[in-house]
Amino acid sequence: MSDTSAAEPRHEVNLVVNGVPRSATVPARRLLSDFLRHDLGLTGTHTGCEHGVCGACTVLVTGAGRSDDEGVSGRPIRSCLQFAVMYDGAEITTVEGCTRPDGELGPVQQAFQDCHGLQCGFCTPGFVTTITAYLEENPSPSEEEAREAISGNLCRCTGYQNIVASVLRAAELKSEEVGG
Amino acid sequence: MTTRSLGEPVARREDPRLLSGQGRYVDDIGTGALEVAFVRSPHAHARIVDIDVTGALDVDGIVAIYTHEDLPGRVGEPLPLLIPHDALTHGRTPYPLAKDEVNHVGEPIVMVVATDRYVAEDACDRIQVEFDFLPPVVGIEVARDAEHLVHDDVPGNVAARLVQESGDARAAVAQAPHVLELDLEIERSASMPMEGKAVFARWDADDTSLRVYTSTQASTSVRAAVAAKLELPADRVEVVAPDVGGGFGVKIVHPWPEEILVPWAAVTLGREVKWTEDRREHFVSSAHERGQLQHVKVGFDSEGRLHGLDVTIWHDNGAYTPYGIIVPIITTTQLLGPYKPGAYRAECFSLYTNTVIVTPYRGAGRPQGCFAMERTMDAIADHLGLDRAVVRERNFIRPDEMPYDHGLVFQDGRPLIYDSGDYPASLDKLKKLIGWDEFDDYRAAARAEGRQVGIGMACYVEGTGVGPYEGGFVKVETDGSVVVATGLTTQGQGHQTAFAQIVADELGVPVEKVTVTTGDTRRFKYAVGTFASRAAVMSGNAVALAARNVREKALRIAGEALEADPRDLEIVDGIVQVKGTPGATVPLSTVAVLSNPLRYAFDEETQRATQFATPGDPEKPPVAEDDEPGLEGTDYYSPARSTFANGMHAAIVEIDPDTAEISILRYCVVHDCGTLINPRIVEGQIHGGVAQGVAGALYERMVYDDAGQLLNASFMDFLMPYATEVPRIEADHLETPSPLNPLGIKGAGEAGVIPGASVLASAIEDAEGFRISRMPISPSELYELRQRHERREQNTTNTKDSR
Ligand code: FES
Ligand code: FES
Repeated sequence: MSDTSAAEPRHEVNLVVNGVPRSATVPARRLLSDFLRHDLGLTGTHTGCEHGVCGACTVLVTGAGRSDDEGVSGRPIRSCLQFAVMYDGAEITTVEGCTRPDGELGPVQQAFQDCHGLQCGFCTPGFVTTITAYLEENPSPSEEEAREAISGNLCRCTGYQNIVASVLRAAELKSEEVGG
Repeated sequence: MTTRSLGEPVARREDPRLLSGQGRYVDDIGTGALEVAFVRSPHAHARIVDIDVTGALDVDGIVAIYTHEDLPGRVGEPLPLLIPHDALTHGRTPYPLAKDEVNHVGEPIVMVVATDRYVAEDACDRIQVEFDFLPPVVGIEVARDAEHLVHDDVPGNVAARLVQESGDARAAVAQAPHVLELDLEIERSASMPMEGKAVFARWDADDTSLRVYTSTQASTSVRAAVAAKLELPADRVEVVAPDVGGGFGVKIVHPWPEEILVPWAAVTLGREVKWTEDRREHFVSSAHERGQLQHVKVGFDSEGRLHGLDVTIWHDNGAYTPYGIIVPIITTTQLLGPYKPGAYRAECFSLYTNTVIVTPYRGAGRPQGCFAMERTMDAIADHLGLDRAVVRERNFIRPDEMPYDHGLVFQDGRPLIYDSGDYPASLDKLKKLIGWDEFDDYRAAARAEGRQVGIGMACYVEGTGVGPYEGGFVKVETDGSVVVATGLTTQGQGHQTAFAQIVADELGVPVEKVTVTTGDTRRFKYAVGTFASRAAVMSGNAVALAARNVREKALRIAGEALEADPRDLEIVDGIVQVKGTPGATVPLSTVAVLSNPLRYAFDEETQRATQFATPGDPEKPPVAEDDEPGLEGTDYYSPARSTFANGMHAAIVEIDPDTAEISILRYCVVHDCGTLINPRIVEGQIHGGVAQGVAGALYERMVYDDAGQLLNASFMDFLMPYATEVPRIEADHLETPSPLNPLGIKGAGEAGVIPGASVLASAIEDAEGFRISRMPISPSELYELRQRHERREQNTTNTKDSR
């Protein structure tokens, strides 16, 4: 008998994703990215490397351990480097949750369409979540700051120029909303 | 008039879906399917002595374990050699699961099917494979020396020897007033799309049909391959390329072993089966490209005009040649760029090594060819003390010399004839954009501040839109919406928008009414694939032709309804009307209803087409003999030859005098891809291409050790650029419409990447004052070169005037 020959022990994980309480029972080694994608069916979160480098799997989290740095929409984490069981009780926002309540594109998403900030769209969910969190911290970045803000995410299609423009455009859209 | 959308920066139709997490990539489909993992070779070259799977059998959740011996009939046979060529005398392709021998790290040996990927990987860990080691052949020099062979029956490791010749280059060089020789090198990189490969297969035993979703650039051809290998009738196999997370060439290769094995397992097990490649797998089992050694011998006169060019290339094709010698063919032809070479000879040896296969990556041999030619141009300018732009201009093919026949055979098997282009005008634009003529002042000012700067340029010509053909289907529905299908696939190029723009304009409907499907054999059966910057040219023209047929039919039917001559009709915003006489109109939705005589009605609109509502001429059949029901049309576009786009890049770099760190201060692009369908999409293609060009010049390489282990097979170690590494791109363009196709389009997909290594080598060389002949280049390598240069070692190694 080996450790893997018996059925793996499973754990119930309860959390709130995009404002909706969700729950699934999974092995302890289930990655948060796989949990969101395959157990909860939220396939908007993508995995481009599964070793924490590309940022495609970035989601926003509040709760779960750290409470010191919670923004309005949560802090960005790389869900491919986390186990789902660590997020029992947490609140998570994925790219699906970055839309407006009526399902229309949210400001960051709209900015990407306006600026042609995506091509194949595979990296895009990680950028949308990353930028959403960033603009909470810095609502009116300069071009240089915008470039810096996205410099932890890989995109193979766009050459980043239009993503930088998307960050600036998103800031503009958000401030218009706040302002008016 | 309907607002014209061709040529407008229309926002992409696919974006809302992709932006809100509603995209569907292969791994998003098939929840609950069985999942596959592979035992892959940890060795570069070895014989398989024994495979012991017993340790894996008691892993909970294992469904099946397969080795080569388990594969029946054609499933286990070597994969097809997709593009045979006379020069490829020793083509070799792999078995889907290795038989007896492995030839590179990553080659699949055992396939495990389990309830999920975690369990499948557990089982893989418990499978023991015993190997007898063989000497690995790694690196072009080692392959060329051929002390050891990759394949026992391939002498000298030479898969192919390709010669391209026009005139007597050797004699021309020998007689030229000046001769230079250059030894050049480009290292390997890879397409590296953010989504790796993935295959999901569903067998319907009741319907005896198979549906395969695969992250491919060629779904119709995968279908043919799967049907042939699994010995199923082709019409029982459907292949769909859903959303694809980037391709850049690697996904044009097919069938990958997994594209045969996963569908076969689905049929065999009667279960849904899925495989999603992880990043390490992608590094060690998907394709790479670029690696070449080049020797250039060029003869020229005192004006810098080429008399003869004699090039020898050693090309690393990796362990197998499933995609033939397309990359060598492209390098040896597209090397010529916008220039007249005088007499030309290129000889390319395509060599086996015990590394991952080499097949097209965006640019597909052109960056290497461009490197050879552009390094040569700079060397000539340096030798004669001439401006680098002047030497280029003197060798340009002039606009009045178009069409220009190089007397060679291109990658489509057709003559290499440039159709159009205005290279002097492009150069002029580029020089103005970057401030070429003012750079000396800038350099002097920078020098006064202790800064070291340099400027470079590089030109290319790209054969795009290669045949044989693509097709398009256009249908107006009875609600006035328009559906379009074409067989080739999409990996981010915005086809759902660009093709909609074309059809909207041809038909006279708003672009929002048009929905486009690509890469789905259920919707369009005939296609070639998305590669060689061909999609816009091929499918763009095909859907335009199909839409023209539909328009003609719509006008005919509307003419009958309005009792008007179809020639007097126009379609504006989806309404057919008599030109200049407002009043008599009929919407396309009604025309669609009228085009399909009905017995049964299912809504108010269709009641108008039923047999008692429109009795018609009782003497004629409801559908005329030469007609078909429905307001739809299919057509194909098949060009005689490729159409040739061109462009020129210039860059200004600053290099740290102490650390040799290289920063790109400006990067300027002038490109000409004929008529633009959507300038915003084209600009995006240029940006993405330039990023990959810069990556190949300064960052990316595949680091193999002598044993054939890929040492940097992760995003931690393979330096794919982030936003902070890619310069801001300044672009300008010319539009020289292609005379070869109805829309005047030339391809744009690969343009940005081609001159990347060349232009940066040129700029770095200019900044440093010594020859750069090997790319990519890191700061430490540049530092090393500086030291060697200071020790005066540099001048003898790379360039010598043999006069
Ligand atoms: S998948 Fe790449 S960082 Fe998580
Ligand atoms: S849009 Fe394709 S990877 Fe970023």
